[in-house]
Amino acid sequence: MIDRETKIIFNRAVAPDTFLMGLWSREIVAGARPGQFVMIKAGLSADPLLRRPFSICAIQGNDVFCILYRVVGRGTKILSRVTEGNRLSVLGPLGRGFDFPKADQKPFIVAGGIGIAPLIFLAQAINSDNLTFMAGYRHKDEIVAMEKFSLSGMEINIATDDGTAGHHGPVTELLEARLDGPDEDRRVVFACGPLPMLERVADLTNDSCIPCQVSLETTMACGLGACLGCAVKAASKETDVYYHVCKDGPVFDVKTLYWGAR
Amino acid sequence: MSQTHLKVKIGPLELKNPVLAASGTFGYGQEYADLIDLNLLGGIVIKGLSIKPMSGNPPPRIVETPCGMLNSIGLANVGLEAFLKEKLPWLRKLNTAVIVNIYGHSTDEYGAVSAGLRGIEGISAIEVNISCPNVETGGMAFGTDPDVAAKVTEEVLKNTDKPVIVKLSPNVTDITAVAKAVEKAGAHGLSLINTLTGMAIDIDTRSPRLANISGGLSGPAIRPVALYMVREVVKVVRIPVIGIGGIINYQDALEFLIAGARAVQVGTANFVNPRATLDIVEGLRKYCEDRKIASIDEIIGSLKGNTQPGE
Repeated sequence: MIDRETKIIFNRAVAPDTFLMGLWSREIVAGARPGQFVMIKAGLSADPLLRRPFSICAIQGNDVFCILYRVVGRGTKILSRVTEGNRLSVLGPLGRGFDFPKADQKPFIVAGGIGIAPLIFLAQAINSDNLTFMAGYRHKDEIVAMEKFSLSGMEINIATDDGTAGHHGPVTELLEARLDGPDEDRRVVFACGPLPMLERVADLTNDSCIPCQVSLETTMACGLGACLGCAVKAASKETDVYYHVCKDGPVFDVKTLYWGAR
Repeated sequence: MSQTHLKVKIGPLELKNPVLAASGTFGYGQEYADLIDLNLLGGIVIKGLSIKPMSGNPPPRIVETPCGMLNSIGLANVGLEAFLKEKLPWLRKLNTAVIVNIYGHSTDEYGAVSAGLRGIEGISAIEVNISCPNVETGGMAFGTDPDVAAKVTEEVLKNTDKPVIVKLSPNVTDITAVAKAVEKAGAHGLSLINTLTGMAIDIDTRSPRLANISGGLSGPAIRPVALYMVREVVKVVRIPVIGIGGIINYQDALEFLIAGARAVQVGTANFVNPRATLDIVEGLRKYCEDRKIASIDEIIGSLKGNTQPGE
């Protein structure tokens, strides 16, 4: 883990309000596992104050790692305006990443919106034609083109809420359609996206007894396990047991989390 | 050139410099060990400790606000037993002051935590939290009434062999009344301020942004308030005061020292810049050296025009 002023190699829009930023750090590239994140300070002033957490979205060569982000507030707005050659304060890599699938397993990756970010890095690392990647968006304009990430010949399926591209409906319907049939016990699912989507993935994989890891997003202050601000409820017989997304996660076995009364 | 003396004393407690990491923002120290040399700190104030482990409040627990943040962590901590077994042995190896922040849900519990730490090696002092706004009982309930604050202080003093610092709440009409009562009860020092109670609302859902509804405001947003309260308290007590509130750089720390604080605690800044404490130590050293100030003592309480008409 390092805390450094890190040079921006590129920062460009890849979809409306969605940006891909490349940052130069051999140390982060060397240490990063898919699912891990970095904390980045947007701007130099005390407002906005806190760093923002971003999943590492991909690595390029030995020196450059990427973050993929959507402009949702002031912090990301500032980030979207910084230009190549400038530096940002970056802390990372942080957190617990994905456990890789075993060689004989059939991995399904399920992404919702900007939740695709850590899953691209995962797909890069798995690097197998055996992988099926499912990406859901609200509208076709939001689609992040996968070609730029030098992924292998994996199957990529798109779903849009409004039917403007790919399957018309939530991405979880694509997953559901693939959970029956032969080789059931070899399937394994990796997911990241909005909470309702993850809840559905949790239900589907739970019903089919399929191993599933999810990456969660929360507000964070430190990213180091010190502030305890990023609590999520654990699936525990005792009430009020919490995990901390920055340290225990952001990747969790879906069965260890509380998904509401079911 | 001889180095400036940064040593300060908080009652019987000697600190190698006046910069401490504030409770609740630095975990048990270990969280920052990969990033900074903790031995260069004046000290570390450990996350608020209770007799039993506490899981804390439901999420969301934090929200950013202009130049600050609200938190309602709810004093989540590992509890006395696990602290002694799992956290303290590692802390003992450090060459810095380790101050344990404690809290209870009753006066007896404050006494019990203090007793649990009595005679234990590696603990430099106790900081008594009578000012957390995020738990229903305990915390701030003990810090808003001067008599109750004095009783808690006495109970802790009765049960400990360590210097006792009492951390005051700004959520009171007159912080000097509580400060004076705690001093009279025998405290060795005071630290202030804890967070200011506040809230934020999501206008789309029309619900509070924190599950606990309200939380404690920290960060640069509260600094002028904290500085004023420190000055007001310094004027009326003889025991040392530790200044806390939105300090993010050495200039901020100097404001508190000039106002009369003997040391400072750095809190929220640790989240933004894990090196904040050490940057402040270095900044203080350079400030003094540049001005040929031999000891930080010359800065402390050096506010000019220190009286107002009518004072």
